[in-house]
Amino acid sequence: MRLVVMLMMLLTAAVLALPPVTATAGEPAWLPKPARGRGEKCVANTDWMRRNHMTALMHHRDEAVHEGIRTKRFDLTGCIDCHAVKGADGKPVTFASPKHFCRTCHDYAAVSIDCFECHASRPEAKAASTGEAVPERAPASGVAALTQYLRSMAQ
Amino acid sequence: MSCGSKSGAGYGGASGCASASASGNGVDDARRNFLRGAAAATVTTLAAGVTLYSFGAEPATARAPGEEVSSKVRWGLLIDASKCGDGCTACVIACQTENGWHDTGHPETDPQWIRKLTVENPKNGASFSLPMMCQHCAEPPCVDVCPTGASFKRADGIVLVDKHICIGCRYCMMACPYKARSFVHEPLHDQKPYAPRGKGTVESCTLCVHRVDDGRIPACVEACNDTGGGAMLFGDLNDPSSEIAKRVAAYRTTQVRADLGTNPGVHYRNI
Repeated sequence: MRLVVMLMMLLTAAVLALPPVTATAGEPAWLPKPARGRGEKCVANTDWMRRNHMTALMHHRDEAVHEGIRTKRFDLTGCIDCHAVKGADGKPVTFASPKHFCRTCHDYAAVSIDCFECHASRPEAKAASTGEAVPERAPASGVAALTQYLRSMAQ
Repeated sequence: MSCGSKSGAGYGGASGCASASASGNGVDDARRNFLRGAAAATVTTLAAGVTLYSFGAEPATARAPGEEVSSKVRWGLLIDASKCGDGCTACVIACQTENGWHDTGHPETDPQWIRKLTVENPKNGASFSLPMMCQHCAEPPCVDVCPTGASFKRADGIVLVDKHICIGCRYCMMACPYKARSFVHEPLHDQKPYAPRGKGTVESCTLCVHRVDDGRIPACVEACNDTGGGAMLFGDLNDPSSEIAKRVAAYRTTQVRADLGTNPGVHYRNI
């Protein structure tokens, strides 16, 4: 019995003496490390997003498609824009690449998703022909623009 | 607009010319505005908190991103075939660019969110050109037949496919009298972020719903005004003060295959 206890203590000491195996504090090295987003922080805290992003996306999608509620917070295009990973050619990678933000975890968890059979898996490229940047979507000014158009038509 | 405008071969609903007489007779604008104001006041006093109609003052489009679409609005198009150029495809190109669809070399099955038609009377050779797309019916047959509820009409009258629940049965394609829908046969890549499309689902004109929700006008209308003949007008058919509603009320317009009772949101003139 005494021997067993000593052995366990030795083992514990050995484990503690090992160099840290984690790249980031508290997480083992073998866990996937999805690319950080561009901004300061995500639309919700990381723990919550890990567990609930699918529900949030699904809820948003139903509201957006059927009721036209297009809030930005859980919009898939927001995730794609913010978490874009650049490939060797300097362009954002598509879902075909294992480096893609979504794939980093989903490959690890063996959860296959079909979002990107329809949805764009990378931010929209700048227009090739003109080299012009894709205009930012601005709902407030957009409404003003449509209002102006409707008024101009009415005159 | 004349009563003797060509009626297209194959299109029913050739209504009489009587309705045109009420239009353009210089209805007194001041009187109309006065009546409109009076009506608005009546509505607000009779039904506190409930607005039955919005009259001009507050644009029907001023909707917050978090607010759901309302059936007070009915989006529609008015297309004047007499201004639609015979070889002009500005609207089609704009739609392709906006929504990321294109020909794949299979003319029988290629997507056709919008296409140009030339309608000819074989007896006298008279012809005209018009764009044909989803007519955003008030009573859409595609919605009636959809077995999963994927084909649906939004409260503001835009008929869409929820591709998340579309099983690709193509029943709606069979039901549509306007041949407006198409099926995606091949895997797609690099779709537009705001216009998702994918293999195994049915698709059609969305009236550029992402632009409309953003307070902009559909790409085809914008292109037609910029580089085309200025034949297309977009607006709220439910708002009596909107230009489209005024013109639909003033001129003889045609809904294609009106005899079917689908009540399309797309109105044509001079067909």
